[in-house]
Amino acid sequence: MPSSTKYDQQMGFFIDMQRCIGCHACEMACAECETNGQESMIHIHYVERAVSTQTTVQVCMHCEDPACANVCPADAISKDEFGVVHTAETSRCIGCSNCVLACPFGVPQKQEKAELMMKCNMCYDRTSAGKKPMCATVCPSQALFYGTREEIEKKRPDSVPVDTFFFGEQEVKTKVKIMMPKGSNYLKVQ
Amino acid sequence: MAKLPVSAEKIIKQYGPKKNYTPLGGFEGSNEPDRLVKTHCCFCGMQCGIQLKVKDNQIAGFEPWMEFPFNEGRLCPKGVQRYLQNNHPDRILSPLQRVEGKGFEPIDWESAMGRTVNEIKRIQSTYGNDAFAMLSGVSLTNEKSYMVGKFARLALKTKNLDYNGRLCMVSAGAGNNKAFGLDRISNSWADLKHAKVIIIAGTNISECFPTLTHYIWEARDNGAKLIVVDPRVTPIARTADLHLPVKPGRDSALFGAILKQLVDNDWLDHDFIDYHTSGFEEAIDAVKEYDLDWAEATTGIDKEKIRLAAEWWGKADTSFLLHARGIEHHTKGVDNVVSCINIVLATGRIGKPYCGYGTITGQGNGQGGREHGHKCDQLPGNRDITNPEHRKYIAEVWGVEEKEIPGKGLSAYEIIEAIHRGEIKGLISICFNPLVSLPNNNFVREALEKLEYYMCIDFFLNETARHADVIMAGSLHEEEDGTVTTAEGRVVKINQAITPPGQARKDSDILIELAQRLGAGDKFNYSKAEDIFNELRVASKGGTADYYGITYKKIEENMGIFWPCPSEDHPGTPRLWEDKKFKTPDGKAHFNAVPYREPSEVTDKEFPVTLTTGRVVSQYLSGTQTRRIGKLVDQYPEPLLEIHPSLAQQFGIKERELVRVSTRRGEAVFPAQIVETIRPDTVFIPYHWGGSQSANQLTIGTLDPVSKIPEFKVCACKLEPLKKWAAPATDSLAFQSHETLKP
Repeated sequence: MPSSTKYDQQMGFFIDMQRCIGCHACEMACAECETNGQESMIHIHYVERAVSTQTTVQVCMHCEDPACANVCPADAISKDEFGVVHTAETSRCIGCSNCVLACPFGVPQKQEKAELMMKCNMCYDRTSAGKKPMCATVCPSQALFYGTREEIEKKRPDSVPVDTFFFGEQEVKTKVKIMMPKGSNYLKVQ
Repeated sequence: MAKLPVSAEKIIKQYGPKKNYTPLGGFEGSNEPDRLVKTHCCFCGMQCGIQLKVKDNQIAGFEPWMEFPFNEGRLCPKGVQRYLQNNHPDRILSPLQRVEGKGFEPIDWESAMGRTVNEIKRIQSTYGNDAFAMLSGVSLTNEKSYMVGKFARLALKTKNLDYNGRLCMVSAGAGNNKAFGLDRISNSWADLKHAKVIIIAGTNISECFPTLTHYIWEARDNGAKLIVVDPRVTPIARTADLHLPVKPGRDSALFGAILKQLVDNDWLDHDFIDYHTSGFEEAIDAVKEYDLDWAEATTGIDKEKIRLAAEWWGKADTSFLLHARGIEHHTKGVDNVVSCINIVLATGRIGKPYCGYGTITGQGNGQGGREHGHKCDQLPGNRDITNPEHRKYIAEVWGVEEKEIPGKGLSAYEIIEAIHRGEIKGLISICFNPLVSLPNNNFVREALEKLEYYMCIDFFLNETARHADVIMAGSLHEEEDGTVTTAEGRVVKINQAITPPGQARKDSDILIELAQRLGAGDKFNYSKAEDIFNELRVASKGGTADYYGITYKKIEENMGIFWPCPSEDHPGTPRLWEDKKFKTPDGKAHFNAVPYREPSEVTDKEFPVTLTTGRVVSQYLSGTQTRRIGKLVDQYPEPLLEIHPSLAQQFGIKERELVRVSTRRGEAVFPAQIVETIRPDTVFIPYHWGGSQSANQLTIGTLDPVSKIPEFKVCACKLEPLKKWAAPATDSLAFQSHETLKP
């Protein structure tokens, strides 16, 4: 990665599912990125439309110890010095889908046409130039927030950023944080 | 001769709607645009700031505009995709004329203008000037709205001009004028963030005004309680502190009962009521019987919830009440609005920091467009066309005799009714698609087919334009300079990014040439949009909507100016009524007595279910623009019948089963979507589609006696499951508005 980057390590990505209104502005804005070929790297789903209008956000959590990179036989996925886990390098990715199977959050998708895994790289072209990622820029409810931890803790006193997840016994720590009710320290997925 | 020249299918093949998508690698030049133009979204009343990328005189993409204070880069999906219009294959590139048996063919401007002027003269000399009507719309800028008003009165010389704001915020306007003598939200959105109790009534903010959601959440982060009044659990209602699932058409009963609670518990601001209001005794007398049991029985809301809402509202230090079409689209739309204002006045929470009230204007220029005179009863500056003083002032500005300005004409739906009766024979429309957006639209179609001449100005060939004799290729939002006034009363600048493509022209140039050919050219000497605005400033001076002190320069330097702004050294007015001097004749805010009455059509044995209509987040109004943008169509491809599982079970309706919905006006078939997020006695259908899947075939054309708004939000229907299942939604062609297509 270029050392002249303006990537600000104080800035973080926070997701508050409660605020998501399911509008899909993030998906459409993400797809605008010329490297994405009109595919979005963020996905919005209803939890269960029959009973609620609640939607959820699915996007790369940028794990501290990324399972996707660890299982990649071609060494195509890398985590940089800022903790951003990058999408598979086109020249290396062999389209094996190991990453798709390994990710505990179910994020990476194999683009069948391109025989290539694609996932969010935290809008590296924007964030390294001092801008916010496209999805968090447009998000009209700010369910997706990009800023410092201090800023969000001050602005949203009733909730707290959580970056520790348990999948059974396995602990996963992430760069992206989920906003949870005050007092929460981790999220346990059974 | 306003019948379709060929089948709708043939017209669709040539002029769409077709779905436009961005090429996989973006439009050519999107990564190296010639320039970024700071302007605004063309859709709702939020008017979010956005930058459009321009390459070779074409729109190539967008970039968020972080500095514009209202939205700071935030956008909804419609905003993100709004740039896909100028580069659209359906864009009309030249005037068109109807050819029987063939469809529409391009013609030159000389023929389009000549034929239109001849038909206007023929119809007016045969049947009288008022037999030629004009319908306008408030996606138009202030400049164009003003010019349409002047054009219809001085060039077309007709009294019958009205606009699609008649389907939007006229009930709110009438209610605000009654109560305050002025029609604007009382505070800017900045005050909303600090209100401690927020009521939002009949406004699906998360889908219709998504970028306002952030302000609601900021208020909640600051400790606000949120109360949502809606028959459905909309995304904003889902997380509300209190959701009041009102039965459609019963809003004034709810607010009447809340007023009674405020009185019974003495949650009142007596000083404010005594010194700054009138009509309080009459207002509380009207609700003295509206106890909680009555309210529960009438509104269908648990009485404890009503009591709690009244208590929160009554005891709040600061508050904001917002409403929109959900309470306004009723035969008692004005009653509903003033019943909301009554609870604001009773607690005296207006004209102070963080204490506000207002309607959320739905259309892009719903605020400015309703102020400057393309409404049948209005002259610029929100002046009254029946007031001799107001007429005299505008006659002077326009340089005409007062008697040359026609009187009050018919409202939008009444114009359609007069066409149907054969009294109006000719029509010009701009920025209005009544065949999709008006209620009981089979009646609207019959009316259109009776016209002797119909000319439509538009950039896409919308469903109503299919009935036109001549279509003039007009301009998109990004193809002409101007101003709009956002829902918070902020006048902002729309910057032209590109020139209209092909032979298409700016709307204002079309109107100017028509005026010249009709012999009124000397009244339309404008070389640029700013000339029109400067005349509007003078025309609005001294009116309640006073723009005199607003200039293009000031708008650009301040990212918008809030009216009223009576002089050039005035900073504008983000917060109204701080001086407690209201614009009513007695200078006081007026309570209004609101005795409850039923909707115009209630359920019965034959039509046992309540039908309500509304919007979805990916579509805008009649869909002329958004049903042509691929991803917006794909997000919600077809209108669905939202129905509660208990009602579905009663009728034996299964998920995605086709259901025939019938009312006294018509019938249509929709796939069922069974959800617990709606009242069990009510079904909902969004209205953005035309043709056989148009919800407005079913809605009722009864009007509010004061505002003349139709009662879109409540009528009675019956449901018949057809034992057939809908095809996959992804295959739906509903976006094209076919006449015979079934889902």
